[in-house]
Amino acid sequence: MKKFSLRDLTENTPALIAAIILVFLVSVAAFGPALVHYDPLSMDLDSLRQPPSKAHLLGTDSTGRDILSRLVYGARISLSVGIIASLLSLSIGIFFGLIAGYFGGKTDSILSQFFDIFLAFPSLLLAIGISAVMPAGLTSAMLAITLVGWAGFARLVRGITLSLKEQTYVEASRALGATPARILYKHILPNALPLVVVAGSLRVGGFILLEAALSFLGLGVQPPTPTWGSMISLNRAFINSAPWMVIFPGIAISITVISFNILGDFLRDKLDPRSQV
Amino acid sequence: MALYIVKRILLFIPTLLGITLITFILMQALPGDPVAGMAGERASPETIARIRAELGQNRSLPLQYAGYLKLLATGELGRSYYTNRRIADDLVQKFPNTLRLALAAMCFASVFGIGMGVFSAVKRGTKWDRLVTLVSVGGISVPVFWLGLALMLLFSFYLRWLPPSGMGNGSLLYIILPAATLGTFSLSYITRITRSSMLETLSQPYVAAARAKGLSETAVVLKHALKNSLIPIITLIGLDLGSYLNGAVLTETIFGWDGLGRYALDGIIKRDYPVIMGVVLFGAVIFVAMDLIVDISYHFLDPRVRVKSEN
Repeated sequence: MKKFSLRDLTENTPALIAAIILVFLVSVAAFGPALVHYDPLSMDLDSLRQPPSKAHLLGTDSTGRDILSRLVYGARISLSVGIIASLLSLSIGIFFGLIAGYFGGKTDSILSQFFDIFLAFPSLLLAIGISAVMPAGLTSAMLAITLVGWAGFARLVRGITLSLKEQTYVEASRALGATPARILYKHILPNALPLVVVAGSLRVGGFILLEAALSFLGLGVQPPTPTWGSMISLNRAFINSAPWMVIFPGIAISITVISFNILGDFLRDKLDPRSQV
Repeated sequence: MALYIVKRILLFIPTLLGITLITFILMQALPGDPVAGMAGERASPETIARIRAELGQNRSLPLQYAGYLKLLATGELGRSYYTNRRIADDLVQKFPNTLRLALAAMCFASVFGIGMGVFSAVKRGTKWDRLVTLVSVGGISVPVFWLGLALMLLFSFYLRWLPPSGMGNGSLLYIILPAATLGTFSLSYITRITRSSMLETLSQPYVAAARAKGLSETAVVLKHALKNSLIPIITLIGLDLGSYLNGAVLTETIFGWDGLGRYALDGIIKRDYPVIMGVVLFGAVIFVAMDLIVDISYHFLDPRVRVKSEN
């Protein structure tokens, strides 16, 4: 297994910048509400659709709400949905992938058929279908994204497990009488983890985009709670007359997702033995 | 060969069943009973009676599912709550528009993706290479719906080169912005795979031989290297076609393109569940059918794939 250290990160400029941006974004999401001057929900009818100014750094929207404050609060939703959905779908994927890969046979073919069915849907359409039948909100968005994402991880973990279970140390442990649960937990999982972490980090960005798309379509977290996706959809009629209302939330999404993707690529180059050096 | 195709088509059946099972479960999760979920209250009494006969709650769940399959087999995807039109008819009517947009987007993505990928492989390690890499990471990171709005702002409102929305009775000018918006995601992947495939080919001995016999660099790159790098690129383009359905929902919404995507959004806004489920089901079927077609056509086209999958 390849190792990497903080020094690798400082030698790779794009990855370093991405990491710094992400640390910044997470701090903004955590402490930002204390830093912004305006309540993201309070309307100010005297300053509708104001372009960026000293009072409102990124301008105001159609009901006079401060866009910077709304972006800061929106960061909480985007980041938490993206990260929590990744962790949830990773856990579900690891669980079923390990079982399918290790036990093989009928168990494997039935589980694999399930993975394939979930993977047979275009991701956004499945997410739309799932969140449409649930009461709209944070939970439904998270659940929809998790259900869309888990099968890909499961298939990956199944493949890794298939190759790891043939290793001599696994056979040795089996010969010593270890239970399957112990073998999976002690031997296979730790060795599969680097690849799984890489796959997970490469998907966080996609999950954030999926959350943004759901809120753009009016599913997921509902107004007046600000999300980056809904800020774009609510203001898109004003793209020509007041472009800042649409452009800034899009820049926020793009920067976040680019950072996750660059960092994911960096981790893959470092941790995945299959990637070219 | 024939055996492989039969096998592949047989494997298609459980996938289709799985897809319908999921949409069936989603319908069960709807508030109210599934009959209302499929037909609403405005459908004609005969339609409601027909659907109730198959999905009625006095039947057990497996029987209801069998009834659901029977309805689907007769082309009954339910009725829109609002227009009371057959959803199957609507889908058939809207699909060609989405297909046209997706094909235009694919052409855009292929031409520019392969171009950028070759360029960046040839300029390997330079700042141009890094720029292309950054653009391709950007392409998969930018939200489609925002990209569409940003392109509209630039090309329609500031520069006034292209119409901002609508379909313009098939005029090509109207398809440029939506196709570029929809194609950007795929373009980024095509660029990446072209670059790595080209780098691999360029290091082959026959490329060195072509250079050694004095061919111009352009001839070496295009005739010898690119031609031999194309297989993984074309595979990616084919397999990616189905995923245009994701972007189409968003792109069509932005540009007022009258296809499946905008139809789905109308359904979402009005909470017209049969419409939403109809698009989800139809989209998934198109998606897996596309996969099947690509797979089988490779079998015809590339003897190497044939040998690999038959062993």
